[in-house]
Amino acid sequence: MPHLLELHDLEVRFALRTGDIIAIDGVDLTLDKGETLGLVGESGAGKSVTGFSIINLISKPGYISKGKIIFNGDEISSYSDEKMREIRGNKISMIFQDPMMTLNPVFTIGFQMIETLQAHRKISKADARNIALEKLKKVHIPSPEQRLEQYPHELSGGMRQRIIIAISLLTDPAIIIADEPTTALDVTIQAEIMDLLQELCESENMALILITHDLGVVSQVTERMAVMYAGKIIECGLTDQIVKHPVHPYTEGLIKSIPGTVITPGCDLVQIPGMMPTLTNIPPGCAFNPRCYLKEAICTTKTPELKDAGNGVWAACHMR
Amino acid sequence: MVAFIIRRAIQAILVMLIISLIGFSIKSNIGDPVRDLVGERVTPAERAEIADQLGLNDPFPTQYIRFVKNVLHGDFGTSLIYRKPCLEVILKHAPATIELVLGAALIIILISLPLGVFSALKPKHLFSRFIMGFSTLGVSIPVFLTAIMFIYLFSVTLGWLPSYGRGETIDIFNNGYWNSGFLTIDGLRHLILPCISLASIMLPLYIRLIRSEMMEVLETEYIKYAWAKGLSPMRIWLVHAFKNTLLPVVTVFGLQIGIMFAFTILTETVFQWQGMGFMFLEAIQRADISLLIAYLVIVASVFVLVNTVVDIFYGFINPTVRISGTK
Repeated sequence: MPHLLELHDLEVRFALRTGDIIAIDGVDLTLDKGETLGLVGESGAGKSVTGFSIINLISKPGYISKGKIIFNGDEISSYSDEKMREIRGNKISMIFQDPMMTLNPVFTIGFQMIETLQAHRKISKADARNIALEKLKKVHIPSPEQRLEQYPHELSGGMRQRIIIAISLLTDPAIIIADEPTTALDVTIQAEIMDLLQELCESENMALILITHDLGVVSQVTERMAVMYAGKIIECGLTDQIVKHPVHPYTEGLIKSIPGTVITPGCDLVQIPGMMPTLTNIPPGCAFNPRCYLKEAICTTKTPELKDAGNGVWAACHMR
Repeated sequence: MVAFIIRRAIQAILVMLIISLIGFSIKSNIGDPVRDLVGERVTPAERAEIADQLGLNDPFPTQYIRFVKNVLHGDFGTSLIYRKPCLEVILKHAPATIELVLGAALIIILISLPLGVFSALKPKHLFSRFIMGFSTLGVSIPVFLTAIMFIYLFSVTLGWLPSYGRGETIDIFNNGYWNSGFLTIDGLRHLILPCISLASIMLPLYIRLIRSEMMEVLETEYIKYAWAKGLSPMRIWLVHAFKNTLLPVVTVFGLQIGIMFAFTILTETVFQWQGMGFMFLEAIQRADISLLIAYLVIVASVFVLVNTVVDIFYGFINPTVRISGTK
């Protein structure tokens, strides 16, 4: 069966005055119908850019310089803006990081929901309103009728994120891309929102790409995950396997640095020494080599390719 | 919303009281009303008597309260130059100024909105660069120079438009107060050059303000989200971004309309426009204190009124203001 979404050798560049920098360097990803995929990495690893490149909405001066994005068998990376609009917010919805900033402050919730539906379907206001109400109920928003008349600032952050989730559900999309959907929320709300997303993906049979730096969330919610480092995927596969038996030393470091996973209480957490290189200054060979405890001569000369590490996990490391 | 309007109204009244106090202090310290009334050839004893009759020897607060009472009844005293009640003099001059400001405001709105929005959406377009260059030029040329250049070009050289006066006017209410130039072709032709001159100072400012506000709004998360929702570019620009751009612009515009009333002094002088600015200059030259103070208080109340209206209007387009106002 063909995949729902495929990224082939995707390369994203940012055109700066000093020359292009490569933010995404040859990323391959697949996503099946109803599947949940976690995209993990530090800030600047390229996970958000990957997410935005799927709907071709990379902030300027970024652009897709190489590779293909195939959705439902169509190469959407070659679509015109006009045609791409039929995909955005319709077949592929996005959830942004900060719900306080995502909704337009001067329009009511109802206005912002109805316009989304009307942008994609020929539908009357009354019908659109009914669908909006139905979706608000699905995300467990109390007194939805009243919410439609309210402005964003009248609602809490958690409530706004629920509304944004409801907006992304309006058109029954095949994929939801959630870019750090809980980072701006406090911990108790985070859990609620993640539970809601998981529940909806199952009930609506939607695929989810969860972009986050929170490995805990990824291990709870997703079936598969991909770890990104300096614009490349360095490990991907079944989430359970990776969390239990990470292959790449970077993934291993990430997992060990979570309190209560490997280390017994009272011990110091394991740190990965150093910092991720900036995109203008990526070391030759394996980008992780300056921080790696397994480093050998080959790591500084040859860039490792993803290879099968068994148990449904692929990793890009010369040493393992 | 009602509570918000009431609060704004109370603030407006307070501001007016303070302005009237300042106006009255000037009036009671500058000039000599007795001399204004009877001239120089009166004995000091008679002067003292007249001053007593006029209440000029009463304590300051008593005089001030009397002043406010009179003002509330529309009595600003008598103008020295015109030998008529100040209010009547000002009301007869006001329509000319109001029409001038309205015409200029209309020009500003009609030109700055499309140009500002366009240069924000396409900052690298050749036309945008032209607009920005031109607006820098416009902002640095003083209004009297623009006005004189316009007169030279369009009246003297080309002979297309009249260079002074209001032309043919129509008395709208048939009571001698509102002579409008808006209703005749000749009146409109006379309006063109003064209005453009007056607009020329503010226009570049507005284009730049609208452009920078719009560019800022276009960078926000909610605009990016609007793209992600798959809305059409026109809807994103003209509905989502535009309304947010308008918020600060409306406030500034309200303030500036008040300032434009003051700027008319220059324009009216150059074009011999018989409005309040022209009258004000005359009053200064001939030390007509009563008329000056009346002008001050009335212009101040226009300022306050415009600002209050703008605040209330702002409350309508910005929902966050409304809510904090009702709490």
